[in-house]
Amino acid sequence: MAGLLETPTRPVPPSERHAQGAPRHRLVASPAAWLVWGAVVFFFVNLAGIVGSVLVSSFGTRWFGTWLPEGFTTDWYGSAWEDFNLLQVVLVTLQVSLLVVLLSVLIGAPAAYVLARRAFPGKRLLMLLFLLPVLMPPITYGIPLATVLYKYGLAGSVSGVVIANLVPSVPFVILTMTPFIEQINPTIESAARMCGASTRALFSRILAPLLVPGILAAAIIVLVRTVGMFELTFLTAGPTSQTLVVKLFTAMSAAGIRAQQGVDAMAVIYTTTMLVLLVVALRYVNPTQLVARVREAPED
Amino acid sequence: MTSGGVATGRLAVRHRLAERGIDRQLWLLLPALAFIGVLFLYPFLYGLGLSFQPAEGGFLASYQAFFTDPYQVGTVWNTLRLALPAALINVLAAVPIAHRMRGRFRGKRVLTTLLVVPITLGTVLTAQGLLNYLGPTGWFNRILLSTGLVDDPVRLTNNYWGVLFSLVITGFPFAFLLILAYLSGIDPTLERAAATLGADWRQRFRRITLPLLAPGLATTFCLTFVLAFSVFPSAILVGNPAGETRVISIAAYQAAYERFDFSLASAIAMVMAAVELGVIALVLLWRSTLYKGSTGGKG
Repeated sequence: MAGLLETPTRPVPPSERHAQGAPRHRLVASPAAWLVWGAVVFFFVNLAGIVGSVLVSSFGTRWFGTWLPEGFTTDWYGSAWEDFNLLQVVLVTLQVSLLVVLLSVLIGAPAAYVLARRAFPGKRLLMLLFLLPVLMPPITYGIPLATVLYKYGLAGSVSGVVIANLVPSVPFVILTMTPFIEQINPTIESAARMCGASTRALFSRILAPLLVPGILAAAIIVLVRTVGMFELTFLTAGPTSQTLVVKLFTAMSAAGIRAQQGVDAMAVIYTTTMLVLLVVALRYVNPTQLVARVREAPED
Repeated sequence: MTSGGVATGRLAVRHRLAERGIDRQLWLLLPALAFIGVLFLYPFLYGLGLSFQPAEGGFLASYQAFFTDPYQVGTVWNTLRLALPAALINVLAAVPIAHRMRGRFRGKRVLTTLLVVPITLGTVLTAQGLLNYLGPTGWFNRILLSTGLVDDPVRLTNNYWGVLFSLVITGFPFAFLLILAYLSGIDPTLERAAATLGADWRQRFRRITLPLLAPGLATTFCLTFVLAFSVFPSAILVGNPAGETRVISIAAYQAAYERFDFSLASAIAMVMAAVELGVIALVLLWRSTLYKGSTGGKG
């Protein structure tokens, strides 16, 4: 929020924790530190308000012009599940995102290997080409892509949604995996070659095991992106191929027909799913490793 | 690799190509290349062609229709007015926080997770939450009213501010993660060396960290700008989609799916791409004037 830049007024627990946890970094709370942690706390307080208001609303009975709803109930979850046919929506979401992850890794990983290891004419142009779908707003290529997919009768089905979502996912796999491959020492490959490994053996016995973290990182990022991807799915999905985000949007923009709290409940279901995915992701992936090799200060 | 030609001749050609870095391993690029060609380049060029084939009028009629209608041209400005500040706020707020998050300390993983959590909220929950929390009867206005800071509820939703907040909330985690990554890539011993030479933290940041971080900042700005520029759902849900937050993607969507004028929709999409790539090109041009090379370990 804009509040990130504001001056804090309340005490700042994280900085104390910080100072206790790592005295050897000499990061005692200076005025600048107080300012930064204060802004972080301000951000979190407002964020908690935003998430909390949806959460409270999804469990509330009637809420109008008071601090809290009149009573609490869990009925909204049951009715949202039935009204919005959420079982089918969740199944479609799972199906789409798993297919996208699988296909994008299969298509992207070999290209990432070549781009990480080799120099060849036209490499810069190729990199630019792979970068473009990530740099373009989804709407700009989504509308022509949807037009083409409709022309060939692919739009409006799960396969159309998968194809559309693959467009930014494949470049993302390439971009994510290239630094991981660069970090693998090429002499290992040379040694395997010298011992008589064929290209296939090289990939399956040497590279694949070493690349598991990279593949996992790419897969999880693509998964999170696909579950959250609104525009491309919205443009290509038919009534039976909507994912959770699109369903949420259509439910919310058609507000007034159904109770607000049902939409709140669905939003909570969506966020919980994403949260689980993210926590799993952060257990396996160190996000800072994606861009550059992490350099930690040496132990004193 | 079919038969034909003298074997030694083929070998020579292959050798010469291999010297330039072309050999059979490059076939591994084929799936990705074919994929991008069929599903990205072809539709994009198809759309470009479509934008020059309006239902009526000359081949530029769709662009003419867009650029002569102030209601349509205004969407470009509306989008930039949201996306540029949002990207700037995200990058500028992420730098000091990421700077504090370097190194090892207890609870770092929890704090990183917490800062990244807004990714999971998605545009819709953020929109719903902003409407509930910042709305006229929401908690935020209640606090302001009960503490006597304001007399009337502050209007922060269904206008420019609602969309800006939503963009900052969803964009900040990305900016933070990227900048944290770039900062972790800078060798901390460089700063220590500067400290032994008597540089205080301000000098260390200005002379050591900032120059090494600047290319990363440019990249991060570009990526968060792309995210903010393609704002669509939140502009409809927490904004004022008929007025000040009628962004260019809404214009493109309405042309395609409400008026079924695919030529106009493609033309708007092309204008959108051109404006966005223009901004990115400017940033990358500035970036190319900066220090190039590895961000760490230049001894």
